[in-house]
Amino acid sequence: MTSRPFRPWQKLATAGMVAASVIAVLTTLGIVAALAGEAIAFFRMVPLTEFLFGTRWEPQIAMRADQVAGQGSFGVLPVLYGTLVISLIAMAVAVPVGLFSAIYLTQYASPRTRAAVKPSLEILAGIPTVVYGFFAVLAVAPVIRDLGEALGIPSSPNSALAAGVVMGIMIVPFVSSMSDDALAAVPQALRDASLALGATRAETVWQVLLPAALPGIAGGVLLALSRAIGETMIVVMAAGLIAKVTPNPFDAVTTVTVQIVTLLTGDSAFDNPKTLAAFALGLLLFLITLGLNLIALHMVRRRRETY
Amino acid sequence: MDQTATISTAQFGATDEPGQQPAIALNRGRSRHAADRRLRLAGLAAVGLALWFLVLLFSSLVVTGYSAFTQVTVRIEADLSSLAGKREQEIRDANWRAILRDALRGLAPDLPKRDERAFFALFTPSAHYLLRDAVLADPSMLRDGATFHIPLADTADRFAKGEIERSLPEDQRRLTDVQISHLDRLETAGRLERSFNTGLFLNSDSRFPELAGLKGAIVGSFWLLAVCFALSFPIGVAAAVWLEEFAPRSRFATLVEININNLAAVPSVVFGLLGLAVLLGWFGLPRSTPLAGGIVLALMTMPTIIIVSRAALKQVPAAIMEGALALGATKHQAILHHKLPLAMPSILTGAIIGLAQALGETAPLLLIGMNAFIAGDPGGLLDPATALPTQIYIWADSPERGFLARTAAAILVLIGFLVLMNGLAVFLRQRLAKRW
Repeated sequence: MTSRPFRPWQKLATAGMVAASVIAVLTTLGIVAALAGEAIAFFRMVPLTEFLFGTRWEPQIAMRADQVAGQGSFGVLPVLYGTLVISLIAMAVAVPVGLFSAIYLTQYASPRTRAAVKPSLEILAGIPTVVYGFFAVLAVAPVIRDLGEALGIPSSPNSALAAGVVMGIMIVPFVSSMSDDALAAVPQALRDASLALGATRAETVWQVLLPAALPGIAGGVLLALSRAIGETMIVVMAAGLIAKVTPNPFDAVTTVTVQIVTLLTGDSAFDNPKTLAAFALGLLLFLITLGLNLIALHMVRRRRETY
Repeated sequence: MDQTATISTAQFGATDEPGQQPAIALNRGRSRHAADRRLRLAGLAAVGLALWFLVLLFSSLVVTGYSAFTQVTVRIEADLSSLAGKREQEIRDANWRAILRDALRGLAPDLPKRDERAFFALFTPSAHYLLRDAVLADPSMLRDGATFHIPLADTADRFAKGEIERSLPEDQRRLTDVQISHLDRLETAGRLERSFNTGLFLNSDSRFPELAGLKGAIVGSFWLLAVCFALSFPIGVAAAVWLEEFAPRSRFATLVEININNLAAVPSVVFGLLGLAVLLGWFGLPRSTPLAGGIVLALMTMPTIIIVSRAALKQVPAAIMEGALALGATKHQAILHHKLPLAMPSILTGAIIGLAQALGETAPLLLIGMNAFIAGDPGGLLDPATALPTQIYIWADSPERGFLARTAAAILVLIGFLVLMNGLAVFLRQRLAKRW
């Protein structure tokens, strides 16, 4: 067999593979360019300071051209407040449930239980978010509203609590599998040593495993938070449309993603601030989630280096 | 926090003071084990809560949606003998509304004129089109006594299924007493039939719940996934092979890698913004089409495919590559002929799971307008279309009561597809994947 020294198809194939890798970079560049481009057009109409520090968000009113500037209708703070409230409710559900599930599955459950329960939990992660949204409206929101009214608290049919709780359940498998990984990454020797000294399993968990796994768990929680902030369908269907700052979790609040979708569904032209505001919100959302992801990945990686 | 504190004193008590009296040691042991049981219980409660929620989710979907899998129809006979021998265009233009009304009057011979409106309202408002289309499809029906099955209108349908309480006062239900007596008469005459709702799968969207179906959405989702797979699979695998096998340790390779990890965590709605601004805005792709939607989904799925492909390539033992290289294959040949085929089952498994995620993705499709009302099914990549998840969103937003059950039924159909795809992935992994 004679081998040919030069194979043009191989060069072509390599070039193709490099091009494919470039697409991944181009996608990110495309996201940044699209968001930044439209956001800059928006900030020409509405000053950046007003967007970042304004306390009123009334984009529908600003449809009229003469009201664009000086009205304070594009202040993002109440929208961010709503996003934060719903995300925190979600985390308040997801973190304890996910963490304790992971502790139970890694430390207490028999291998057979673990093999049965773990895939069942992951089903929760595979359900499309539009299904959760429908479920929140159908089953959870009425219950929460009744609860609020029974407690004598003014309640809205699309309460922050309903959207937050359902979102929290959606994130449970995410927190639980990240915690699971972090707990499993603690060297077996540490666990064995603790048990050999007579510590119970609970003492081993609280004093050996959790402190050692903390950076990994915290990283997972941050990733989950970033997911909650970026989650769209549940809040589009189950949260409110009006940006309101209220301490009452039974009341309706709106989120960044809800505003993006409501501003952009229906007819949209690229020359009015209402449409462009969605891109400014998108840029903000992208930066927040990117920041959280980078911090989280850094934490997870540092945990790996410790042992 | 204070639990931690008590545990640590208990622990130190047990180890530091071995000379303690046995009773106290026993007590401490008891409380330490109580703490252990508490943690175990908390874990069980957490798992139970999550699983309970899962059961609640599915049971409420089934309870809400099962009735939409059947539809009550009324059997009518129409006299079509006058149309026999006419040309197709004449048949198409015939007064089908009158033909239908005559046939319906035949069901209630002594119907007073003033009750007619209420009576006709029991049947789907576009029934005359159903008659016309059935005849155009099968001209042998052009005779006296041709039989048709006409769906009941939404409210009557739900009453016939027993979902509306007869005992409610008349002004609180959407059917009058007269309408109910008509339905009862049809029932006793044996004209009502409750059968499997084929329209749910064979019809496209409609303003009327009793006629609305998922065909357009299923076809739209199929095109979306086709585009998504055709783009993301080759590009993803190629990028993975380059990163895994060829990439020099360069800044560029690191950049690509960081990019992929970040893209996997970008919120889906941001991909929708990308599609809207870049694909529709800059490149001028038509709105609401599977092509635009598929490209967006491909960009979202690509990171998943790259990540699973790299993992699959890593699993192939180095001996395979070394063997091929030792026999004189070039690196390209060794990868293309040996390594990649061996990794393929795992790659396909990952790709199917990625596609299943893409099938459920809703938010980016909303932004590129795939939530429009579309009565026909899309014929190709450039026809406006909906997809299963956006159809669910549209129906969930519709005020008609009948769409509630349809929405839940559509969700069950979507979940059915997801189960199929994941089952296929599991099958591939178990049957084809090599264990080294």
